[in-house]
Amino acid sequence: MDFSSQSVDAIEAAAGKISRVEELVYVLRVSEVMTRDIKVLSPSMSMSIVLELLRQEHISGAPVILNADLIGVVSLEDLIRALLVNDLDAPVGKYMTTKIITARASDPVVEALKVFTKNNIGRLPVVDEYGKLVGIITKGDVTLGILNALQKDFQREEVRRYRASHLFEDIVSDRSSLILRYNIKKDDFTRGGNASSNIKRALVRLGANHQIARRCGIAIYEAEMNLIIHTTKGGIIRVEIEPHKITMRAVDEGPGIVDIELAKQAGYSTATDEVREKGFGAGMGLFNINRCVDKMTLESEPGKGTRLEMKIYLQPEESVGETGYHFGENSK
Amino acid sequence: MKISEILRIIDGTVCTEGDPQEIEIRGGCGADLMSDVLTTIQPQAILLTGLVNPQVVRTAHMADVSAIVFVRGKCPHPETVDLANQEGIPIISTPLGMFEVCGRLFSAGLPSLENELNLSI
Repeated sequence: MDFSSQSVDAIEAAAGKISRVEELVYVLRVSEVMTRDIKVLSPSMSMSIVLELLRQEHISGAPVILNADLIGVVSLEDLIRALLVNDLDAPVGKYMTTKIITARASDPVVEALKVFTKNNIGRLPVVDEYGKLVGIITKGDVTLGILNALQKDFQREEVRRYRASHLFEDIVSDRSSLILRYNIKKDDFTRGGNASSNIKRALVRLGANHQIARRCGIAIYEAEMNLIIHTTKGGIIRVEIEPHKITMRAVDEGPGIVDIELAKQAGYSTATDEVREKGFGAGMGLFNINRCVDKMTLESEPGKGTRLEMKIYLQPEESVGETGYHFGENSK
Repeated sequence: MKISEILRIIDGTVCTEGDPQEIEIRGGCGADLMSDVLTTIQPQAILLTGLVNPQVVRTAHMADVSAIVFVRGKCPHPETVDLANQEGIPIISTPLGMFEVCGRLFSAGLPSLENELNLSI
């Protein structure tokens, strides 16, 4: 193991603990959250105009511009200073603050937040790379910008995970279930697994988590390949999906299994060399199915056929959302 | 380990559409029997195999495999590549043999994602 890749892993593990909001203050740019429509003052305007402006616009300060250059900022405090000495006729230039702290439009929002905290101020003029005033950023803008970004995240997630999981909530009955049926042809290796893929996809759309979908997918795929490889005429797969339970059945009309207990053993296979060349017949199918589902019932009679039933029970928290992978833990 | 690094280590070429280089791989699993893969593999692995038929892609889809590597310079069947494109699972071809590929990737720090099995039911 090389050390550089380990340290990268460590960084990524630490990064995993950073919340989306913390991430956003680094990802979002000042230009994305700032207010562009700004009220500006000129140094020759009187302080009484400042009073009107702040009152009408419900703002607590404004930048002062001379010949397109940012030369100062007038805040509520400056206005109060003028009011205290009854000097509202004085020009803005007399009371404005000329020591201006600005934020760069291209900086991440976190830089503006640092300036807010360090200087105990709530508003910063935003300048572009040439020092030209392009907007104003307040703490409120930052909050609103983050909320908007989170809203977009949420919508993206909604679209990505468009699911049919509301089906069971929309249709009212004492017990609703969705039944999917697939006809599986013998020796149809080319399309083999097609039904299982569709079943797995359906489960994900219905709101099953990845682990449940994976367990069902693996079990039904093994059963589907068994129908293709071992039956005389193929068979039928039937999947019944209920909010609390998934029941999968693979039924065929022969030839039937002579020794069921032997067939369940890992490594036991009756597959031909031809089938093995295709990557099947490892003798792990039934063993694997049993491992993936909560309950497996195998009934077979030579000459009549085989009926394999697999059940997976869903915990309330499993029917929606993603609980992550715990491979094999649920096998019984 | 990113697929870009895996491609470099095993002299691999991508056979499917799109650029998978940034995909992160958690580990590897090598097998030619698909039931063995389904029984042992953990999610987000790269599957190293000599089997090139569409069933490999089906197996990969079921087992949440992140990418497939065909060893010994085997060219995948066109229908295998079509299915992989459809399922969004990248296929990589390498001229190296199975043992060499496993050895190189393991030495480079890619862990095994094969579960040990308790064969008693």
